Amino acid sequence: MEFFRNPNIDFLGKKWYFLAFSLLFSVAGVFSMLFWHGVPLGVDFRGGTLVYVKFSHPPDDNAIHEALRKVGLTQAKIQRLGAVTNNEVLIDLDVRETSEKALDQGKVQIINALETNAPAGKLDLNNTSSLTLANYLLEKDPLHAGTDAGQRYAAVAKAMVDYRDKTRGGVLSSFDELKTVADPAVVAALQDGFFLSDFGVYQVEIVGPQVGEQLKGQAMRAVAYSLAGMLIYLGFRFEWIYGVAAVITVFHDTLITVGVFSLANKEISLTVIAAILTLIGYSNNDTIVIFDRIRENLKLMRREKLSEIVNRSINQTLSRTILTAGLTFLTVLALYLFGGEVLHGFSFALVIGILIGTYSSIAIAAPILVAYQDWRSNRGKPVAVMAGKGKPTAGKPTTSKGKVATGQ
Amino acid sequence: MNKTLGWKLGLIVATLVLFLFGIFGIPRDLSGSGLLASIRSRIHLGLDLKGGTHLILQVQVNDAVNGDSDRALERLKEDLRTHKINYTEITKPDPVNRPDQIVLKGVPPEATSDLRSTVSERLPEYDLNSGADNSWTFTMKPQALAELKNRAVTLAIETIRNRIDQLGVSEPVIQEHGLGQYQILVQLPGVDDPARVKEIMQSTAMLEIKQVLGGPYSSEQDALQQHNGVLPPDSVLLRGRSVGSQAGDDSGEQFYLVTRSSAVAGADLRSGGATVGRDTNTNSPDVGFVLTNEGGRKFAAFTGSHVGEKLAVVLDNRVREVATINEQIHDQGRISGGGMSEQAAKDLALVLNSGALPAGIKYLEERTVGPSLGSDSIRAGVRAAIIGMLAVLIFMLVYYRGAGINADLALILNLVILLGFMGYFGATLTLPGIAGVILTVGMGVDSNVLIFERIREELRNGKTPPSAVEQGFAHAWITIVDTHVTTIVSAAILFLFGTGPVKGFAVTLTFGLLANLFTAVFVSRMIFDWILSRKQRGEALSI
Repeated sequence: MEFFRNPNIDFLGKKWYFLAFSLLFSVAGVFSMLFWHGVPLGVDFRGGTLVYVKFSHPPDDNAIHEALRKVGLTQAKIQRLGAVTNNEVLIDLDVRETSEKALDQGKVQIINALETNAPAGKLDLNNTSSLTLANYLLEKDPLHAGTDAGQRYAAVAKAMVDYRDKTRGGVLSSFDELKTVADPAVVAALQDGFFLSDFGVYQVEIVGPQVGEQLKGQAMRAVAYSLAGMLIYLGFRFEWIYGVAAVITVFHDTLITVGVFSLANKEISLTVIAAILTLIGYSNNDTIVIFDRIRENLKLMRREKLSEIVNRSINQTLSRTILTAGLTFLTVLALYLFGGEVLHGFSFALVIGILIGTYSSIAIAAPILVAYQDWRSNRGKPVAVMAGKGKPTAGKPTTSKGKVATGQ
Repeated sequence: MNKTLGWKLGLIVATLVLFLFGIFGIPRDLSGSGLLASIRSRIHLGLDLKGGTHLILQVQVNDAVNGDSDRALERLKEDLRTHKINYTEITKPDPVNRPDQIVLKGVPPEATSDLRSTVSERLPEYDLNSGADNSWTFTMKPQALAELKNRAVTLAIETIRNRIDQLGVSEPVIQEHGLGQYQILVQLPGVDDPARVKEIMQSTAMLEIKQVLGGPYSSEQDALQQHNGVLPPDSVLLRGRSVGSQAGDDSGEQFYLVTRSSAVAGADLRSGGATVGRDTNTNSPDVGFVLTNEGGRKFAAFTGSHVGEKLAVVLDNRVREVATINEQIHDQGRISGGGMSEQAAKDLALVLNSGALPAGIKYLEERTVGPSLGSDSIRAGVRAAIIGMLAVLIFMLVYYRGAGINADLALILNLVILLGFMGYFGATLTLPGIAGVILTVGMGVDSNVLIFERIREELRNGKTPPSAVEQGFAHAWITIVDTHVTTIVSAAILFLFGTGPVKGFAVTLTFGLLANLFTAVFVSRMIFDWILSRKQRGEALSI
């Protein structure tokens, strides 16, 4: 089976279309970053409090807003998660509500606000940890346990919390449900000190402003350093212009991806950063494959124009480019479609990234080489400096390598 | 099969066995659940996949510096007395911002050389600078200061680890966090109650015994009024509670004026010396403590010279107990602090015994992932990964037919090696780590596609199958090295400069690409050679 047999497309001839396309997306993205949505940062970078709540019944957004307003959380944003039948809600407190002095204050306020039916002096079993539960049972001692009471009640508490979180999805609606995993005496003892609210908090993210700032700085530094490393390696293996072209290309990809996030007003979290790193790696891989072919062809076709050689190289590797891109896209698409809520932002970035990364190797990286060459020859500089320092390709005659390299 | 193929096959099988061992260890039983259990014991999942509590905290290193300079100040006072050097005042002018500075005022000019020699002998870690009006400033040397701060962080990590160990958490991560200065990362898989963890850690259990200079006062304003608006030098106003009031009840709150420096501090506590007991009068739980020999000597000297005055037992900058010194006390004391529950007494004994934190801590980040969410995201992620992988494997078979088998075997072996690496290095698989795996799979497929496309090209140019395979690998090899080395270089840099998630990505990517260099080139090539060795001359290659 074969999709492409000796394609011969004039890619470089279309460079103005490519440029227009890239400019359109970059400018739209930059415009959105500057004047519209900004760069929507996830809680990891901006700081703040996210509380994920699961209700036992379909939640009423207005009621939640009202309850939160009563405790002074007027800025809270409420967002539904996943399918409607999940009854899951994300409560997002603005960064101003989070200071490092009382980091979890917002979380405590939210839980208190939602516990509208709390009887005095009782704890909410749906928001109690196994540690607290074990301590409570140890004090009540409903099983009249002997010397190993500590361990026994710890195990009972863990079994009940596991049942609540794993089997019942995080919310119990009646004490009787617990009788499947615990002794009736234990359940009876629980009823003295606990009540059941209609929700359970299943995930909390609280990031202080200081960490957010540091994380942002560090992510940017790490990416900048790794781009520099890439530049140096390519400069060493090829010519410095190849490195520059590769770095401009991945910068272009990152800019457009972040731009799409801004346009779609999707938040950039730490996992999205991981996805962007993946796309940088992928795009760079793609670019090098084409560069490598250009370098090889430069030695074989010394009489041709550079734009000819570049076009030929792109066409020769086109089959491979499309196949690899298609297969990687398949994997990422599976992740986007079946990977669940947590992976959504992440796989979204990858889906865009693979498309852009593949496009940019052909449409950005290769034309930069040609443009640089044209610019040099216009200034009367020697033309054929592009062959680079790479080892001559195996199996081919290696004569007159020096001539190619200097061209003077 | 010829000799070269033989040893190559041997090498591949050995690699396979080696890394399968890395993934599974020696499984107890070969059933599905038994295998799963042995994978779990070797490849750890990150908190984002497993659920648990994640905290980042910052050590308030200035506390430790203040403690050190307080001691230096006391030592200096004593030395000045023994060397009969007069002065009018000795203070720490700005304990909040410059905890490393002590200012000495009013030293007569003729005592200068005495002062200098005393300081260089007794306080070598301080620089001495003269200022206006016969004043002198002592500043801790930068190196000593840095060492002190780093030691505070190391000690804090050890202390927190001791305390967490007593909570019985499996596989806790407690380490310095590379992101900011003096930060510590605490990850506790399976723990869903950050509040209680913080209780255990936050009670820094900084135990001090100080001299009471005044009080109790009903409020801060009251205390200030009694001293005409200015507190005496080197004293602090601390909160305390009147006896009998309940925890959490602020109505019984009182203030005491105590000395800034302490007669006895946390470091003077004998480790393991704290025990839960009962107050002889009220029969409510209390905690007894025993001091070290050195601490006992200091305490005896202090109580001996202050008989009839009051002392305060201060825990975490709160006065827990105030007592009149009736006679010289040597090395024991009790903390009752009214209304302590049995659990609170146990926790207090636990934190006292696990060693005192050298400084206070501040929380910067807190995350909890519920176990159900964790397992949901694993299930969805794994299912998606399997679907994606299957699609790729099937496509390769359809598109490249016979050669597709090479690619599929190489890809599978690549994953085995990657997971095996992680098992051997005890690396943790996180969500960003999965991103690294995806990129690895992508580049693994790419290597095979590169090679196969090149072989097809050579075949089209009329080469014989053996020569086309030879040429295809030779050409593609250069490209593969370039792409892999570039990516490994950037991954290594990410590993060096990144923390947490970024690091997780870099780890799987680096391992995966190293594995890929072996599988895509060596293994795939070996299979080709084996196929070619069985073919007749001129027979076509399935690719």
